[in-house]
Amino acid sequence: MRILWNRLSSALLVLCAASFITFTLARVIPSDPALAYIGPKATAADSAKLRITLGLDQPIPVQYVKYVWQTLHGNWGYSLSTKQPVLQEIIDRLPATLELIFFAMSFAVIFGVAMGVYAAKYRGRFQDSVIRIMAIAGVSMPAFWLGLLLQMLFAGRLTWFPATGQFDIDLKYDNPITKVTGFPVFDSLITGNFAATINGLHHMVLPALTLSAYSFGLLSRMARANLLEVMSQDYIKVARAYGLSERLVFFKLALRNALPPIVTVTGLSTAYLITGTFFVEQVYNWPGIGSFAVNSLLSIDYPAIMGITLLAAIGYLVINFIVDLIHAKLDPRVWMR
Amino acid sequence: MKTRLGRFSFLVKDPLTTIATVMMSIFIGAAIFGPWIAPFPKEGAGETNVDNIYIGPGWHHLLGTDELGRDLLSRIIYGARPALLIALAVVGFAAIIGTLLGLIAGYRGGWIDNVIMRVSELFLSFPPLLLSLVAVTFLGPGLVNALIALIISWWPWYARLIRVEANIVRTKPYVEISAAMGVPDRIIIVRHILRNVTTPLIVQVAADLGTVILAAGSLAFIGLGAQPPAADWGLMVAQGRNLIFDQWWISTFSGLAIFLAVLSFNIIGDALRDHFDPRIARQ
Repeated sequence: MRILWNRLSSALLVLCAASFITFTLARVIPSDPALAYIGPKATAADSAKLRITLGLDQPIPVQYVKYVWQTLHGNWGYSLSTKQPVLQEIIDRLPATLELIFFAMSFAVIFGVAMGVYAAKYRGRFQDSVIRIMAIAGVSMPAFWLGLLLQMLFAGRLTWFPATGQFDIDLKYDNPITKVTGFPVFDSLITGNFAATINGLHHMVLPALTLSAYSFGLLSRMARANLLEVMSQDYIKVARAYGLSERLVFFKLALRNALPPIVTVTGLSTAYLITGTFFVEQVYNWPGIGSFAVNSLLSIDYPAIMGITLLAAIGYLVINFIVDLIHAKLDPRVWMR
Repeated sequence: MKTRLGRFSFLVKDPLTTIATVMMSIFIGAAIFGPWIAPFPKEGAGETNVDNIYIGPGWHHLLGTDELGRDLLSRIIYGARPALLIALAVVGFAAIIGTLLGLIAGYRGGWIDNVIMRVSELFLSFPPLLLSLVAVTFLGPGLVNALIALIISWWPWYARLIRVEANIVRTKPYVEISAAMGVPDRIIIVRHILRNVTTPLIVQVAADLGTVILAAGSLAFIGLGAQPPAADWGLMVAQGRNLIFDQWWISTFSGLAIFLAVLSFNIIGDALRDHFDPRIARQ
């Protein structure tokens, strides 16, 4: 329990600091947030009035305390470009992004680990080289470029998959999705709207593949390296000397002990996916946080940027926390530390 | 026989690494000699040629022409210089700042170590690249600001790496004896500690060069990096983005340049790591 408590307190500290960094970046560096709010044509009097309304005339520490107070109370400010509450925008868009991350991550974990295990089993052979090249290509591939290539090939030339969007446009007339949890594909599945489910999954394939390339590469490399490291240890040799079957040694003994580092890398690559969605959603016009983030960045929509940054920091913390929990589950020694 | 050149034999140790070395040499060659080897140097530098827009890849224009009629191959060759320069600059500055802070933290310990490590942890509490994206937004888009923004999120990795290494070296008997004999800190740091952290530093720098090219390309792609009319790979992918179904070559070849550059740097980074750390290589 102690470790949980330690984790939580350090997480709180990180959040405080993270909010401080975003706040500082947004308040100290830009020319004038008031100007960003009303546009360059505003008169000096207007901008002075707005500075008072927005509380920008107060000292920075006071502003920061106010910001934290309001953030904790669910007031994340209003987006400058959509004029909607930032928190509402985020809540509306988060499910689409989480679904995308879920599918991308599932793909990356299943195929990445499988390929890594396969490469380890055939170390030094032809299969190993092919997987090595695929893995290093995966981590070297610009996601936005891969997205465009897949669009051109599978949507443009072959027309197997739609090029952009989350659903067909006429779907909301033919088979409208009843909102239950807010997660569109999930909702369509539990309400029995299978036409929408299939349509959503069809739209999911290219973006999820694009997003998963990096994690796939990272995971298969790590799985291979860790498995080989475990395989070279003495207890594996002993198990083999006792005549245990190769399959038992490989899957039961070696893979089980290679799992903790794989979990770490899975967490790390999920964190990469957070910023990865920015580029992938941009390319595929995906109505999630990523495209909202890019639009906010381009229009210097500072309340939105602060909200998204805070959300991303929270997401990162949650991922690390989950990774720690799984570690503790896989390796009971963690609790003793 | 270990000749001076023999030291670099890891660059050709297997077919994949050899190909990567050749590719990297081509990119470096393009960065240095771009204006002399580009088939249309004026167009590479930005001169438009509106009579020639959207010519597909062919004999005259090997990779086709872009939306302003410029020869794409020449543009890509001109793009090598900013790509490699930004990678070198970001990794260089991040390594210098990180090494300095890491050495101080690791060698001095105490409260200053605490402060430096907490601050670097803070910077690392954001998902990768996010801090750079936010910083470049508020600094204003552009190549130099993108460079600064990338350094901001890259130095903590070096600070942490060097601190760990410095901490290990600090407690070695020969360092403790030097300190006891009254050798000034400055000399211990340079002569013993810095020399011992060089290898992990080189490995990290090599591994990061490709990643920085990728990150800079990503910033440029969403419009926060280099601005038109610069010949920048990420920017060129973005400019061809809406033409991907018809004038596919613009984004495809510009992105291919990023991919191949990152790929060759990553492969060479791997080879370098294996070379210096045989424990991993054996696996």
